[in-house]
Amino acid sequence: MKTCLVVDDSSVIRKVARRILEGLGFAIEEAEDGQKALEFCYGTMPEAILLDWNMPVMDGYEFLRELRKLPGGQAPKVVFCTTENDVAHIARAMHAGANEYIMKPFDKDIVEAKFAEVGLI
Amino acid sequence: MTPLDYDFLRGFLKTRSGLVLSNDKQYLIESRLMPIVRKHGMTGISELVQKLKAPGAESLAAKVTEAMTTNESFFFRDKTPFDHFKEVMLPAMLKARAAKRHVRIWCAAASTGQEPYSLAMILKEMGPQLAGWRFEIIGTDLSGEVLERAKAGIYSQFEVQRGLPIQMLLKYFIQNGDQWTISPEIRSMVHYRTLNLLNDFSALGQFDIVYCRNVLIYFDQPTKIDVLNRTAKLTAPDGYLLLGAAETVVGLTDSFKPIADRRGLYAPTVKAPAGAAAAPAKVFAVAGGRPL
Ligand SMILES: C[S@@+](CC[C@H](N)C(=O)[O-])C[C@H]1O[C@@H](n2cnc3c(N)ncnc32)[C@H](O)[C@@H]1O
Repeated sequence: MKTCLVVDDSSVIRKVARRILEGLGFAIEEAEDGQKALEFCYGTMPEAILLDWNMPVMDGYEFLRELRKLPGGQAPKVVFCTTENDVAHIARAMHAGANEYIMKPFDKDIVEAKFAEVGLI
Repeated sequence: MTPLDYDFLRGFLKTRSGLVLSNDKQYLIESRLMPIVRKHGMTGISELVQKLKAPGAESLAAKVTEAMTTNESFFFRDKTPFDHFKEVMLPAMLKARAAKRHVRIWCAAASTGQEPYSLAMILKEMGPQLAGWRFEIIGTDLSGEVLERAKAGIYSQFEVQRGLPIQMLLKYFIQNGDQWTISPEIRSMVHYRTLNLLNDFSALGQFDIVYCRNVLIYFDQPTKIDVLNRTAKLTAPDGYLLLGAAETVVGLTDSFKPIADRRGLYAPTVKAPAGAAAAPAKVFAVAGGRPL
């Protein structure tokens, strides 16, 4: 079973994402900010990361840049999932090594389509 | 709505668009036609039916017909039809049309444009390889309303997130708040016109590739057969037909045959002209791997 790390400071969003991704056959881990997510990745690299942008302590963009520097940090497929819905943010995220980008609000169809797009399902 | 009203509307829709409704779809009629009823200040479906029966109701009739169509579509829908385009049809056409450098593609139920624009984006991605080639993409639909949306090329945030890779969104769309407009370079690759598949469409000319997806499902068997056979007549002998995931030619007509291991992809059945053995052999060679 593939593991997906859900990184979002909103417990509601994490819960919604968990329900959708469990439905798609993923084992879910959660982190409430980029720092906690990074600590998780020091231990085990998940196959997938669903990543919010704005979070306290360390934001999603910073997390992604740190992740991609880690040994094995190229492996996880990173799908941003954020309200930062403008071209400039999207381009920046892709440039920093994101694989896909979800603009909130999202639903099951969108998550499924994006995860399929990067070959996770 | 009385049972007689319902029967009238079923017959009316079958004649106008080929739409077949089973005898329990009253709710569908209600939900799709009540907005028209209200807009025209009518009292209910029964009054609408009376108006439709009266002479000179053509504009209302067209509205009712369009309102009953299902227009859902998304970019790169089902993915495989577009893999077939890249992996099978385009390579075959680049060889077969090397002299003419002209390829004609028809999206026979184009709806709001996602299907033809997906093909246009694939072509654009091919870059300089297609320099000097002319790809004509024609999108037709019964509904003028959806074609207006296709021409405008404006999609919601939701619509651009189902099936469209983010890199293509960045490359081929212009953002306007939470709406995304297809870029002029892609839009100009597609031409639209209204067309009812029940009518004669031979004037469209010959096509190399026909996408006829998720429209035959609404028709009854004789209508499907008729549309497929008339489509075969304007498909090039070495051309292709694509159907939707729930559609097939099998058991309906011999004018197309399925291509092995390519779900939804069909080739016209080429009848070998008597005494011209060389011609079909050439076609086979071009088709490459097609089990004829
Ligand atoms: C579900 S959409 C399919 C869109 C696209 N081909 C796809 O697969 O995503 C079906 C379309 O067929 C059109 N349609 C229905 N009956 C038709 C007819 N008799 N002639 C032409 N178009 C028709 C509808 O207006 C609608 O836009």
